[in-house]
Amino acid sequence: MLNINTSLCKGCSYCIKFCPKKILEMGTERNKHGHFFPYITNESDCIACAMCATICPEGAIEISKEETNNG
Amino acid sequence: MAEYKRPESLKKTPSGFCPGCMHSLATKLIAEVIGEMGQANNCVHIVPVGCSTLNLAYWQGDLLGAAHGRAPAVATGFKRSNPDRLVFAYQGDGDLAAIGLAEIMGAANRGENFTVIFFNNQTYGMTGGQMAPTTLIGQKTTTTRNGRDAETTGYPMKMCELISTLEAPAFVARYALNTPKGCKDAKKAIRKAFEIQMAGKGFTFIELLGNCPTNWGLSPLKTLEYMESNTIPYFVPGVYKDKYKDEVK
Repeated sequence: MLNINTSLCKGCSYCIKFCPKKILEMGTERNKHGHFFPYITNESDCIACAMCATICPEGAIEISKEETNNG
Repeated sequence: MAEYKRPESLKKTPSGFCPGCMHSLATKLIAEVIGEMGQANNCVHIVPVGCSTLNLAYWQGDLLGAAHGRAPAVATGFKRSNPDRLVFAYQGDGDLAAIGLAEIMGAANRGENFTVIFFNNQTYGMTGGQMAPTTLIGQKTTTTRNGRDAETTGYPMKMCELISTLEAPAFVARYALNTPKGCKDAKKAIRKAFEIQMAGKGFTFIELLGNCPTNWGLSPLKTLEYMESNTIPYFVPGVYKDKYKDEVK
C-alpha cells in the first residue's frame, strides 16, 4: 500500500522522477499550504520498492505491506 | 517488498525548508537511523546557525542551540559531560567551512567522541545565497554575480579531504543525496558513524552533498542534474578515512 500524506507534500516531484514503474503523476489540486501534490495512477503496478519514500524530503510517503486479511 | 514509515523523531508537520531542499531529506535520514537504533530518547541534536536552525521546530527530541559555527565546541562540552548520550551536530557549509572552521578542525584533531553531519549545498542559504567556501568555480551566487573566480576567492574547500588528513578522526565519508541510492548509502554511513561513536571510538564526520533550489535559482528537478554534472565530479563521494574498517561492521 502506497500512502501519500498530501498535507506534508511540497511538490518537488522527486518521487515522480525516481518511480521505476512511473505510476506517480503531479496533480492539479493544491494542498492547504498551496503546493501541488502527486497522485497514484495505477496502484496495482506498485512494486513497493520504496524509491519514492526514500527520496521524499518531507517523509510524506509511507509504504506498508499489502493487507491479506480478505484473502 | 519494502516497508517505509515516517521517522518518529520528526514532528508531524511539514519542515520549514523550501520545496525540494535536501536539508529536510538529510534530517529525515538521520531521524530514520536514530529510530532504527532505538536512540530517539538518548540522542542530542546540536543545532548551529543557518538553514539547519529550522530543525529547532522540526526535530522531535533533545536539541541544543549553538552560536554560529560553534556546534563542535558545544558538542565537545556536552559529550564530555554526558558520555552515554548520542551526540551529533548538523551543520551547513557556511557554518562549518567558514565561520566554524576553527571549531571543526579543533574537534576533529582532538578526536572528540561525537558525530558531525555536514550538509554541503555550496551556498549560504538562510542569508540569501551568498558565496560559501564550498561554492564551485563559476557558480553564480549573490556575491559572485559572474560566477566564482578562483583568482579573487580561491577554490572550493574540500572538508572531507582536509579532515581525513588528521590523525584522530575515526570515520570520514561523503555522499550525495540526489538519488535514492545516494540516500541509502548516506544512511548506512550515518549509522556506522553513530555506532563508532557509541562504541567510544572517536570523531566521525559525514558530508552530505545537497542542493538549494531557491538560491541556485533552479527547480528541484534541475538541481538534481546540476549536482550530477557539477557538484559530484568536484566533491567526489566515498569513504575518506575508516580507522576501524575491520572492527566495526
